[in-house]
Amino acid sequence: MDQAVGIAAHSISCQRGGRTLFKALSFAVPSGEALFVSGPNGAGKTSLLRMLAGLLPLAAGRFSVDPHVEAPLPELCHYVGHASAVKSALSVEENLAFWADYLGGAREATDAALDVFGLEPLAHLPAALLSAGQRRKLALSRLFVAKRPVWLLDEPSVSLDAASVKLLDRAIAAHLKGGGIAIVASHTPLKVKFSHQLALGAERAA
Amino acid sequence: MKPALALLRRDISLAFREGGAIGTALGFYLMVVAITPLGLGPDLNLLSRIAPGILWVALLLAALLSADRIFHNDYEDGTLDVLATGPLPLPLVAAIKSLAHWITTGVPLALLAPVLGLLLNLPVETSPLLVLTMLVGTPAVSFIAAIGASLTLGLRRSGMLLALLVLPLYVPVLIFGVGSVSAAITGPASPWPPLLMLTAFSLASIVLAPLAAAAGLRNAMR
Repeated sequence: MDQAVGIAAHSISCQRGGRTLFKALSFAVPSGEALFVSGPNGAGKTSLLRMLAGLLPLAAGRFSVDPHVEAPLPELCHYVGHASAVKSALSVEENLAFWADYLGGAREATDAALDVFGLEPLAHLPAALLSAGQRRKLALSRLFVAKRPVWLLDEPSVSLDAASVKLLDRAIAAHLKGGGIAIVASHTPLKVKFSHQLALGAERAA
Repeated sequence: MKPALALLRRDISLAFREGGAIGTALGFYLMVVAITPLGLGPDLNLLSRIAPGILWVALLLAALLSADRIFHNDYEDGTLDVLATGPLPLPLVAAIKSLAHWITTGVPLALLAPVLGLLLNLPVETSPLLVLTMLVGTPAVSFIAAIGASLTLGLRRSGMLLALLVLPLYVPVLIFGVGSVSAAITGPASPWPPLLMLTAFSLASIVLAPLAAAAGLRNAMR
């Protein structure tokens, strides 16, 4: 971890296609804690994570990082979304090595990242041959090739088997212990202790 | 610097491994130039006069064949999202991807051109100039194609629309590229002024096109 940071949202709003998904939303996640985002389909969970990653513009409000750092918020974040960002023509190892180089991690981190989800035996296999679960594990391994304080995970446990979900749980817990932040949007509960909960779309459902 | 090189290396190796793109462009170029004399008849003087124009027009079309691949695959599989959270600003990402397209498409096409020039009775002594104008002009082709590629992201059958958007922007490349080679064949004007104009246009598009492409990418990621 380069530095331990906390992030906060100040009355942010999200609009998609002219519809307001949520408005005046505020939360704060200090270093070493996790936020669980829940809500029905279409409540804006993915949009919230994409806003944090700088991929979607905010309709109103702002994010703040505490203590203040040089790098913009998106560069502090690892975003693992629905799409795996895995290149089929490259091998498992080459995929990770590219992300290590691109995201500014060390090459040695690649081996460690392969270890986390036990992808080592597949290292030289073309990613095209991976199953959906293995692809997801490869996408999640990206979290470990470069150290970034904020993890944004969108449905991380989709298509993972029970053993891998346990590994994911353990990885998130270790990340939090090291002063990191995890913001997880999911329908399936994870074992990690989430100090903060955010239920989106509650007022619409009610 | 390291992230930029990593991205460039990856894009080039993907272009070779995924196959198709380079081979299709070169094959298309070869076919278009090879069938043109069949349509025009065996008038060698006519052919050598219009050879630069045919070679340039065919090159533009061939380069457009693979243009939608500049961003499309990365958009589909979510790579673009992660690239955007990386250390490089988005215009630089667009520039590097355009550069990779130039290296894998523009350069091979430019190097193939003098061989195809033989089919059109292009005077052999103008071949070096032809390659030079094409090497100078094709960066503009790739970088401007990136604008079209970013605007048509997420559309089905985007190739045709991309061609419609981008081909008008290629007019200066065509005029000055052909002008330079034609001047060398027919004289008496010097081939250099059009070549310098082409260089200027190419340099300007290398600087400006990535900004437009990045705006297109931002829009596509919403």
